[in-house]
Amino acid sequence: MHTLDELLAESPVFAGLEPDQLEFIAGCAQNVAFEQGRRLFREDDPADTFYLVRRGRVALSTHVSARGDVTIETIEPGEIVGWSWLFPPYTWHFDARAVEDVGAVAFDGACLRGKCEADHALGYELMRRFAQVMIDRLQHTRMLLLDVYGHASRS
Amino acid sequence: MVTLPAAEAPARGAMTPEPYRVAARTQETADTRTLVLEPLGAPVLPAAGQFNMLYAFGIGEVPISTSGDPALEGPLVHTIRAVGAVTEALCASEPGAVIGVRGPFGTSWPLAEAEGADLVIVAGGIGLAPLRPAVYHALAHRDAYGAFCLLVGARTPGDLLYSQELEGWRGRFDAEVGVTVDSAVGEWRGRVGVVSRLIPDAAFDPGSAVALVVGPEIMMTFTARALLERGIPKERIYLSMERNMRCGLGHCGHCQLGPMLICRDGPVFRYDEIEALMEVREL
Repeated sequence: MHTLDELLAESPVFAGLEPDQLEFIAGCAQNVAFEQGRRLFREDDPADTFYLVRRGRVALSTHVSARGDVTIETIEPGEIVGWSWLFPPYTWHFDARAVEDVGAVAFDGACLRGKCEADHALGYELMRRFAQVMIDRLQHTRMLLLDVYGHASRS
Repeated sequence: MVTLPAAEAPARGAMTPEPYRVAARTQETADTRTLVLEPLGAPVLPAAGQFNMLYAFGIGEVPISTSGDPALEGPLVHTIRAVGAVTEALCASEPGAVIGVRGPFGTSWPLAEAEGADLVIVAGGIGLAPLRPAVYHALAHRDAYGAFCLLVGARTPGDLLYSQELEGWRGRFDAEVGVTVDSAVGEWRGRVGVVSRLIPDAAFDPGSAVALVVGPEIMMTFTARALLERGIPKERIYLSMERNMRCGLGHCGHCQLGPMLICRDGPVFRYDEIEALMEVREL
């Protein structure tokens, strides 16, 4: 049986943080589970939580009229769902749904923002790590925007 | 100064198309068909990775990689996406129709050299077609290789080639098959994202793995970067390149890429041989 801070230490986004920092972050976290098909959050709802996926798959989607819900990305174990909790107006930009049964660690965004304000070293470290997550997602999104298969003639 | 090997033309069927009859036609996706072509003369046996020039009589000729089992002598199998006049005519060919075939041409996948190593095959879109012969070979000689990873990307679930075969390969206990699409609607429960995202978690040893990659050129560039980040050296990454191939023999120069002629020196290249040329925008 792992404690929450031990679980966090094994995840790529929190690996390498000091034990006291992990314990600090774990104070804002709890284990959660979502059955297949359950929604983690909905577009425009308040973004007061984010998730570290431990098992299962989460789909980020948005509703497009005449097309329905379009999945734009899936989040896999070890990856983070959500960064809207970091920036005003703290509302979600997409829907998130459990494609499979999902186990995750849920973080209280307001709690963590408060701890980052109180401990700027921790705040900087978290911002740096979330910036990396955002850059990775941005690069993947740019690659998707190229629509490489739509214009390919490869046979 | 690069010294190029002398062109090695096939003994027959090099300049004059040989007649082949369409024995079967399968719809793979909305715009893609697979043709099974029976020779009306002597059969040829293309190696995995090679291509033929397919001639729609009176319309024109296009280079299409073989996509059938390289161990089976007899019918040729080609998967064709309708993107222009010739490919549209080929895709519209009914069983019984006759088309012309020249070839096979070009270099092949290094399947013998890769024996003993983990095999990582990364396909984007219709790039799975030129890789399918390598998949057939590797799975038929499974003991000759270490881990086997097939990573496939497509635009949408409806654009996935050979979906029934993919399911079959995925069901094997000795193969890892990862599939992702760029976007999805409806009941798709698989991954959504670019194919290069599958590479960090794929189960292979970068210290020994050999990677075979086909897809649009930009996809191959991103994929090669992700493979390099995983630790596979450039010398063990192979790409299949595409240019405007006309003669197939290295004579006409239409498919020139720097000092290379893709039809003769390729289409399969080691990444370290081709990387610098891929970065030249004027090429």
